[in-house]
Amino acid sequence: MTFQAFIFYSFSAILLFAAVAVITARNPVHAALFLVLAFFTSAGIWIQLQAEFLAIALVLVYVGAVMVLFLFVVMMLDINLARLRAGFWNYLPAGAVVAVLLVFEMGFIVSRGYFGLEGSPAPGPLPSGYSNTKELGRLLYTDYVYPFEIAAVILLVAIVAAIALTLRRRKNSKYIDPATQINVRRQDRVRVVSMPSETSDDAPAVRKEA
Amino acid sequence: MEYIQPLWPAFPELFLLLSVCVILIADLFVRDENRVVTYGLTQGALAACIFLTWAWATREPVYTFSGMFVDDLMSDVLKLFVCLSVMVVLAYSRPYIAARGLFRGEFFALLLFATLGMMVMISANHLLVLYLGLELMMLSLYSIVALQRDSATATEAAMKYFVLGALASGMLLYGMSMIYGATGTLEITELAQLIAEGTVNWPVLIFGLVFIVAGLGFELGVVPFHMWVPDVYQGAPGAVALFVSSVPKVAGFALIIRLLGQALGAEQLSVEWQQMLVVMAVLSLVIGNVTAIVQTNLKRMLAYSTISHMGFVLLGALAGDENGYSAAMFYVIVYVLTNLGAFGMMLLLSRSGFEAENLEDFKGLNQRSPWYAFIMLLIMFSMVGIPPTVGFYAKLAVLQSLLTAGYLGVAVVAVVFSVVGAFYYLRIVKLMYFDAPEDTAPLAPAADVKVLMSLNGAAVLIFGIMPQPLMALCLYSIQASL
Repeated sequence: MTFQAFIFYSFSAILLFAAVAVITARNPVHAALFLVLAFFTSAGIWIQLQAEFLAIALVLVYVGAVMVLFLFVVMMLDINLARLRAGFWNYLPAGAVVAVLLVFEMGFIVSRGYFGLEGSPAPGPLPSGYSNTKELGRLLYTDYVYPFEIAAVILLVAIVAAIALTLRRRKNSKYIDPATQINVRRQDRVRVVSMPSETSDDAPAVRKEA
Repeated sequence: MEYIQPLWPAFPELFLLLSVCVILIADLFVRDENRVVTYGLTQGALAACIFLTWAWATREPVYTFSGMFVDDLMSDVLKLFVCLSVMVVLAYSRPYIAARGLFRGEFFALLLFATLGMMVMISANHLLVLYLGLELMMLSLYSIVALQRDSATATEAAMKYFVLGALASGMLLYGMSMIYGATGTLEITELAQLIAEGTVNWPVLIFGLVFIVAGLGFELGVVPFHMWVPDVYQGAPGAVALFVSSVPKVAGFALIIRLLGQALGAEQLSVEWQQMLVVMAVLSLVIGNVTAIVQTNLKRMLAYSTISHMGFVLLGALAGDENGYSAAMFYVIVYVLTNLGAFGMMLLLSRSGFEAENLEDFKGLNQRSPWYAFIMLLIMFSMVGIPPTVGFYAKLAVLQSLLTAGYLGVAVVAVVFSVVGAFYYLRIVKLMYFDAPEDTAPLAPAADVKVLMSLNGAAVLIFGIMPQPLMALCLYSIQASL
C-alpha cells in the first residue's frame, strides 16, 4: 500500500464514521460538529484528487461559515428531544426494511465493478502552470454561465422568501432613522428660555401663597 | 461572447428576470393602497413575455448558452401557455388575496420567479439546467404556500411540501449523477446520442433512471409519490392552491419530455421506464379516483382528481412515440384549462372571511347564478370527459395512443376508472342544480374575473367542439422538437 492509498483509506474511514455519527448523535451540537469533521475529511480527499480550490472552498465556506451559523442556530433552538424521539420504535420496522432493501440494491449495482478503480482512472499529469482555480473560473463564466446565473437567481429567491416569511414590522419599535438623526440641529433639541431670574427674596413669598 | 450567442432564443427568460428585479425594487416605493401598481406591472411583464416568445418563435430547434438552452416549437407553445395561465391565475386571485392580506409585492415576485423556473425547465437542454429550473420553481412554490404565515394550516402545508420536495429533488439529483457516471455527459442531445450508440454502462444507467422516475413522479404528484398533493392543496390559501395545482404541471410535462422523451428515449431504454410508468399511472388512476369519492372538501377532492389526471398524462407518455407525447401535451393543456376554471370558481364563491372550499358551498348555485353554475357544469363535464367538452377529446387522444402502442389492458383500466371518477364530478352538478342554496350571499365578482371566467368556460366548450387546431398544434410542435 502506497502512502497515498493509506491516506485515502484513513480519510475515507473517518468520513464514513463522521457521516454515520451525524445522524446517530443524540446531541444536535455533536451532530453539527461531526458534520464539520465530515467536511474536513472530504476536503482532504478532494485534495488527493488535485481539486485544491474546491477543497479550500469547502473548508472556508462550509466549515468556516455555514456550519458555524448552523451551530448557532442549533444552540438557539429549544429542541425537545423526547418529543422528537416519540414514535421512533413504531416507525423503526418499516424504516429499517426500506433502508436495508435500498442499501442492498444500491450495493448490488455499485459492487458490479463499474465503480472500481477501472471505472475512474487517476487524472493524468497536468501541464505546467495549470491553475485549478483559473480553470474553474473560466468554465463557470463561459460554458456554465447560464446555470451559474440561474443559481444566483435561486439565491435571490431565497433572500426574498426569507424576508417575506420572517420580517415583522413591530409597531412599538424604538427605531431611529440614522439619516434624520445626523441632520439634527442644536435648535431642534435645545430650547433656550429666557425667564426672570429668581432671587432669594421672592422665594418665601411664593411659599406663602401656596 | 461566443458562449452566449445567439442570445435571442432566451429573450423571454432574460426579460422576465429583468422585470422581476424591476418589480421587486419598484414595489418598495408603492404604498399599500396603491399595490395594484405592482399587480399591473406583473401582468404587463407576463404579457410582454408572451409577445417575446411569440415574436421569436422558431420551427427548428436553436441551441445556445453552449448547448444548455434550447428553443424549439414545443418550448414556445408551452411557454406561451404558461405565461397565459399565470396571467389568468393572477386575475382570478386578485380579489381573494386582497381580502386576505396577501396582496403584497412578494406574492407577485415569487409567482414570477416560479414562472421563470418553469420557463427554464421547458427550455433546458442540460440536466443541470433542468434541475436548477426545477429548484427555482419549487423554492418559489414552497414560499408562496407559506406566505400566509399566521395560518397554521398553510405553514404545515408548506413544511410538508418542503420536506417531501427536498427528498424528491435529492433523488432526482442522485439519479442525474448516476447518469453522468454512466455516460460522462449531462447534455440532453449528447446523452440521447450516446445511449442510442449503446456504449454506456447499462446497469448504472438503469439505476439512475429509477431515481429520476421517482423524482419525476413527485413533481407530477402521482401515486406512490402523491402524499403531499391533498395536504398542500387543502392547507394553502385558495389562490395559491390555484397556482400550485395548475401551471407547474405544464413544467412537469416538459420534464417528462426532456428527460424521458429526449435524453432517455432510446428504444432499448424506454422499455425500462415504460414498466415503471404503467405501475405509477394505473395506481394513480385507481387511488386518485376512488379516494376522491369520499372527500367532502372540494380542494381535497380536486387534489385527488389531479392525481388521476396526472395518471392520464403518464399514460400518454407511456406510448413513447410522437402521438403519445402530443396526446399527453394536449391532456396537460386541457387539464390546466379546466383546473383553472374549477379553482377559479372556488375563489369566486369565496369572499372576505368566508372560504368556499366544501362541497356544500356549491349547493343551489343555479338559483344564485345560473351562468356560473353552467360554467361549472361545463368544467365538471370536461373533467369527466363528456362530449362535447374538451376533456372528452383529451381522454380520447390518450386512449388512442395507448391502443396504437398495444396497451389494451391499461386502456380498459383507464376507461373504467374514468367512469368511477364521473361520480364525484357529477355530484357537484347535482348539488348545484337540485339542492336548495344554504348560503344566499349575492355573488359580485370583479369585472375582469367575470369576463375571464366566461372565456374559460367558453374555451372548454369551443375547444371541445373544434379540438382539431389545438391537437394539430401539439402534434406538430412535438414532431418539430423531438
